[in-house]
Amino acid sequence: MSVKLYIWQRGTAALMVPLVAIHLAVMFYATRQGLSAADILGRTRGSLVWVSFYGAFVIAAAIHAAIGVRTILVEWLSLRDPTVRILSSIFGVVLLALGARAVFAVVFA
Amino acid sequence: MPDHEQPALSVSIWRGGQVGGFEEFSVPGRSNQTVLDVVTYVQRNLDPTLSYRFACRVGMCGSCAMTVNGRPRWTCRTHVSKVLHQGKLEIAPLSNLRVIKDLATDMLPFFNKWQNAKGAFEPSKTRQDPIEPIRPDEPRRVAADAGIECINCGVCYAACDTVRWNEDYLGPAALNRAWTLANDQRDAGQASRLQAIASGGGCHACHSHQSCQEFCPQTLNPTASIASLKRLAAKAYLRGELES
Repeated sequence: MSVKLYIWQRGTAALMVPLVAIHLAVMFYATRQGLSAADILGRTRGSLVWVSFYGAFVIAAAIHAAIGVRTILVEWLSLRDPTVRILSSIFGVVLLALGARAVFAVVFA
Repeated sequence: MPDHEQPALSVSIWRGGQVGGFEEFSVPGRSNQTVLDVVTYVQRNLDPTLSYRFACRVGMCGSCAMTVNGRPRWTCRTHVSKVLHQGKLEIAPLSNLRVIKDLATDMLPFFNKWQNAKGAFEPSKTRQDPIEPIRPDEPRRVAADAGIECINCGVCYAACDTVRWNEDYLGPAALNRAWTLANDQRDAGQASRLQAIASGGGCHACHSHQSCQEFCPQTLNPTASIASLKRLAAKAYLRGELES
């Protein structure tokens, strides 16, 4: 792992620390309060706050996980660039697409 | 039986190269006997074709490291009584290095990585310049002193999981050496060294498993040196002083 990837991975991890904490708190709140799917969607639809929150979360998670998978591919399968760069980039893009789809579903759908 | 003589030891020693097997020997037990004494006894009395390395026998040269009962150790300073497991001793070559023959490994990749990590001092002055005074209590000198007593034995390299998984990884010894030089204010090669240790296979590949500091016979802590290098390189990168 180069210093550039190290900075990106640690940086996205640092960003996700508060995001994960808030995400967990929201999940506990929603279940404790017995909110229905309709209640939740009623609060998230069209919300700039939630699209920003989960948008940042998805981007950070996709970058962080792709760099981690890159290391695993290097160490477990002895893959090297450019193969490892292509495979980990594809993994990151797939995560980003799945996450963006979920964010779109709760905010814009 | 003289009082210095103990029960015979059951010793398994690796024979062959990368492919080979363990051969059993019975070696007389002695009080204050080191693992190197055992290997030397076998070579001189039981099988003169046994190949192994040693030089100083007093823990200074770093040439006699082997895997003893599954763990990398300096054999000249390892007493049999401390490592004997159920009366048995298994002696193998160091891990993570190609076996040349029996207990002798090819150390070339280990030393090449010292070179790749810019582990050689680059002078910034000539012999005509006055000697630069460096106070022993200066923080950078204290940091260098903490890692300076490496004897290049390769124990940390053999113990490192990341070395096993990633052949590009420079390894704990080379990076520890780079950290000591990074704290040497007389050295003129800091920019190229920082670039070398910040690239793929450099300090950021370390997972901080700490096997290096667990097994280092000199009780150094290469993991701490590598962590310091990570911070140094990350700051330099953020300041735009490093290429990615």
